[in-house]
Amino acid sequence: MAKTESSFKNMVLSLTLISLVASAGLGFVYEFTKKPIELSNLNKKVNAIKQVVPEFNNNPYNEMFRLPTGEGDSLDIYPAKKDSVVVGYAVTTYTNKGFSGHITIMAGFKPDGSIVNITVLQHKETPGLGTKMTDPKFKDQFIDKNPSDFKLKVRKDGGPVDAITAATISSRAFCDAIQRAYNTIQKGGLK
Amino acid sequence: MEYILIVISAVFINNVVLAQFLGICPFLGVSNKVETALGMAGAVTFVIVLATMATYLIQTYVLNPLGIGFMQTITFILVIAALVQMVEIILKKVSKGLYQALGIFLPLITTNCAVLGVAILVIKKEYNLIEGVVFGASTAIGFGLALVILAGIREQLELADIPKGMKGVPISLVIAGILALAFMGFTGIVK
Amino acid sequence: MNQFKNFTKGFIKENPILVLVLGTCPTLATTSSSLNGLGMGIATTFVLIGSNVVVSLLSNVIPDKVRIPAFVVIIASFVTIVDLLMQAYVPGLYEKLGIFIPLIVVNCIVLGRAEAYASKNSVFSSFIDGFGMGLGFTVALGVLGAFREIVGSGSIFGYKFIPGDGILVFILAPGAFIALGYLIAIVNKIKKP
Repeated sequence: MAKTESSFKNMVLSLTLISLVASAGLGFVYEFTKKPIELSNLNKKVNAIKQVVPEFNNNPYNEMFRLPTGEGDSLDIYPAKKDSVVVGYAVTTYTNKGFSGHITIMAGFKPDGSIVNITVLQHKETPGLGTKMTDPKFKDQFIDKNPSDFKLKVRKDGGPVDAITAATISSRAFCDAIQRAYNTIQKGGLK
Repeated sequence: MEYILIVISAVFINNVVLAQFLGICPFLGVSNKVETALGMAGAVTFVIVLATMATYLIQTYVLNPLGIGFMQTITFILVIAALVQMVEIILKKVSKGLYQALGIFLPLITTNCAVLGVAILVIKKEYNLIEGVVFGASTAIGFGLALVILAGIREQLELADIPKGMKGVPISLVIAGILALAFMGFTGIVK
Repeated sequence: MNQFKNFTKGFIKENPILVLVLGTCPTLATTSSSLNGLGMGIATTFVLIGSNVVVSLLSNVIPDKVRIPAFVVIIASFVTIVDLLMQAYVPGLYEKLGIFIPLIVVNCIVLGRAEAYASKNSVFSSFIDGFGMGLGFTVALGVLGAFREIVGSGSIFGYKFIPGDGILVFILAPGAFIALGYLIAIVNKIKKP
């Protein structure tokens, strides 16, 4: 195929040259796309925050702080304020007990600990089963409930939560994530 | 223990071929005889374990510190290509028979999406080196398992009367689908 | 062959996935919905065209013995470019396709065309070949994705027209295998009845 002889010198030269040009090209594209990528990641977070806390006029993203979960890691907390008064906390929580593993959830709490709303950020649950946890039909039962008196356990485990039909594991995992978020802000003494 | 979970999950629950759709080409291509299937499984296991180690080290000590994460695809695939070349040379010396039986499928291990897929997954799942190797080895075992089962079935299928249009790839795919269905039954075993 | 034949061979006669049976992994994994399948096909087409053109341009310069590693670097570069661009401009699709975007680099179609065609033909022919093969792949993914989405979720292109669930198994792993198997069988029958 090639008109260039496969001498050792030629082989090394051509591969090195191609690799250098490729790396340079990629470096350029990387720099070029860095800002848009950062922006889209930011937008995703901001949109999620908007969905789970009451109206606010501060910048929760800039005021993000972390609190320990008590399990050796910590969660990101975004305080939402209206006219400098805290109206809610958006907590990026997670669970590893999903049917297909890790689920990331953004849960919004009022200062008194009651749940405002929840949105699922990332999951790999089974379509038609675990994915139903993003449906209002399942999610909305948590709105305005306070984990201090609303046990985050499915009916099978003696609690009041209506699990998704045939998706008990996903439902349990969902509760686990919310519990983790609630415990973290309680531990942090947030009011 | 964490490791047992990784093993069971990778071999049965999230089987690399039947659930994650990685490694299909050799799965279809080398599964007509149990003997070659075993040989291929062995070669792939060897490559995956070495590749997982090498790519983890490169990611941790070269790509991350230098902030050139975007070079991941290029460096990983080059490492894998080099490893496969090595395996080819070793196999030629050690077992000429197997080398010939595997034929073109040996260099094709480089394009086996399971190898690159596992390397990327180890980084995504944030496993450490040991967990990564355990995950890689278990994935390879899962691959081997699926391969050998399909080979066993296909050997039996030689005696069956299959409609002309379904012969070869189509019937193998349908059987793989039924196998995938069967493997879905494993999902309950880890609570 | 003339360029028209060159372009259209990728659709039925030499359809990369339905006839040559290459690129099966992303086909099975990304066709749970028609939009995902099409997105994957288009991303792959970009890489195919890019790598075919560059390989053809450099085919006389790359020594024979190192051609495979050289092709791999070229393909991997285009894959990374597509990966970064998608991350920046279509993050929703990027997340759905996940690990299968970097896996385009081991999609046998891309390396296969580089080796079998682009290294031996003119730049323009290689461009047409890449485009045609890529489009054929995209169409196949779209058809499979549409079938699985209609039967499995009762929707098409994300637009739900049947309330409730469909036959769920089709958007799961087993359904992917079975649907592809029958699709290939149908194409086989069309080609030699």
